[in-house]
Amino acid sequence: MDKSLQSGGNRLNVQQMIEQRKQKTSFGERIEKIIPWFLLLCAVVSVLTTVGILFTLLRESVGFFSDVSLVDFYTGTSWSPWSGEYGVAPLIGGTLLITLIATVVAVPLGLMSAIFLSEYANDKARRVIKPVLEVLAGIPTVVYGYFALTFVTPMFQSFIPDLGIFNALSGGFVVGIMIIPMVASLSEDAMNSVPNALREGAYGLGATKLEVVFKVVLPAAFSGIVASIVLAISRAIGETMIVTIAAGATPNLTMDPTQSIQTMTAFIVQAATGDTTFGSTIYYSLYAVGMTLFVFTLIMNLIAQYISRRFREEY
Amino acid sequence: MLGQNEQGIKKRMEGRVLINKIMMVLFFLATTVGLVFLALLFYRVLTQGIGYLSWDFISSFPAPYPEDAGIWAGLIGSILLMVIVAIVSVIIGVASAIYLEEYASQNKFTDFIRVNIQNLAGVPSIVFGLLGLTFFVYMFNYGYTLIAGGLTMALLILPVIVVASQEALRSVPSEIQEASYGMGASKWQTIARVILPAALPGILTGTIIALSRAIGETAPLIIVGAATAIFTLPDSLLAKYTVMPIQIYNWTGRPQEEWQFVAGAGIIVLLAILLLMNSIAVLIRNKFQRRL
Repeated sequence: MDKSLQSGGNRLNVQQMIEQRKQKTSFGERIEKIIPWFLLLCAVVSVLTTVGILFTLLRESVGFFSDVSLVDFYTGTSWSPWSGEYGVAPLIGGTLLITLIATVVAVPLGLMSAIFLSEYANDKARRVIKPVLEVLAGIPTVVYGYFALTFVTPMFQSFIPDLGIFNALSGGFVVGIMIIPMVASLSEDAMNSVPNALREGAYGLGATKLEVVFKVVLPAAFSGIVASIVLAISRAIGETMIVTIAAGATPNLTMDPTQSIQTMTAFIVQAATGDTTFGSTIYYSLYAVGMTLFVFTLIMNLIAQYISRRFREEY
Repeated sequence: MLGQNEQGIKKRMEGRVLINKIMMVLFFLATTVGLVFLALLFYRVLTQGIGYLSWDFISSFPAPYPEDAGIWAGLIGSILLMVIVAIVSVIIGVASAIYLEEYASQNKFTDFIRVNIQNLAGVPSIVFGLLGLTFFVYMFNYGYTLIAGGLTMALLILPVIVVASQEALRSVPSEIQEASYGMGASKWQTIARVILPAALPGILTGTIIALSRAIGETAPLIIVGAATAIFTLPDSLLAKYTVMPIQIYNWTGRPQEEWQFVAGAGIIVLLAILLLMNSIAVLIRNKFQRRL
């Protein structure tokens, strides 16, 4: 108002000022109305991404299954796409073998770390160890692959002489190391949320710390622990670079961990880097394998969500 | 009689306490396994790679001989890719979080978006590669270019950014929002001028952590065709590109042993950049960690 009084010639009267003010408000009001729609549009992107993934996998798989029958794909035991054999069992077998080895490594180590951090370690130790452990989860998987190939395999070879350069054992082992922090961190959260009153009740009855852990804390935190394990397994199923680098590219239907195998993810990488022409059967097989992988991990993730929702203990 | 019983209890007690001690040591040892492997990994990478690490290595393009090979193309490619990923994923991610936290009403559709984001976070990264291959490379006809890779990676880290931003927005105390409303501010004014600035450190920290995950990702970029050997830097969104993890993967796969050392040198550069990003995140968190 002062300004309009000072600038002599361009003096506005009150009515004009009200008009101006009104226009400003209506601009502000328009913003207020547009913004939520813009934000909603952005939130829908994640839904569209899911739809896009489903659409992609389904549409291209249909292309694949018009060349290869669904039954042959899931019951065949020979995977050799460059000579026209599309039985996915060796890839699924390889994936399960890697996942099994990783689980055997990660679950005991992760759980024991979680017990140590949550029940035995003092605050100071926990504050140092936990973030350092979580660094493991942030290491790029291509680095793990390099580590598996150039360090872990030679190490294993020193006591398993007929271990090949590419083998399921080192791949699975290193995947296991990678998912330790997932099991440890989520299980520790679950154990931490068990109220102290329960522990003190047990101590009052004369239990040792170990007895409190096994008879009170672990049962009380059970659902959280199982959910963390299922999530870690899902991560192991979808792991790509470690197994591509360290486990080889031999679609082998074997449970022998010293053999070279190929996982679903490793095949996708191999086919995508090789001479795969757009529209060929091998190109479409990428999506059929991708779809199978997607379904596996989706089921695991849904189970984890169900467990943590259904069995959540309320204290 | 009583004495015997007492003695029995004492004996059992000693046993139980002993087992407790043994198990404690075991739990501690299990915890150190992860740490030991982390240390071994760093030691291994450093000893293998340090000999090949030099300014020449950082500033050279790929080469047929290990002595001449360098990571320049991957370094610049990774940085450019991150710029695209950051711009796209932060805008969409933060907007989604604002919608979910401030505007969405409690209904089935909102729940659906939430569950969907949770599930998206569990989809293997290579499946995102297939999504990018179908949509960005072929359907949108971008080909194997920087923009195709950037959009694929942006979608991949979107769920992480949404969840981190939601947490940051939720931690803004409602008192300062109400004070803003009390001064006559509208909803959007309150969000833009009060809530967002207060949540910014949390959002930034989450974003940097998500980006540092993306910078190490390899699988989806292999699928959407990041090149393994290029001799020019990308000069547009539709240029060919490569990133550090792809170069490292490529070196790892070569049979001659010297290439393992080159890969080691590349890994040192990659880990150094990750370390830098993580320290920035920690710095932001510490600087702004004050009670509102």
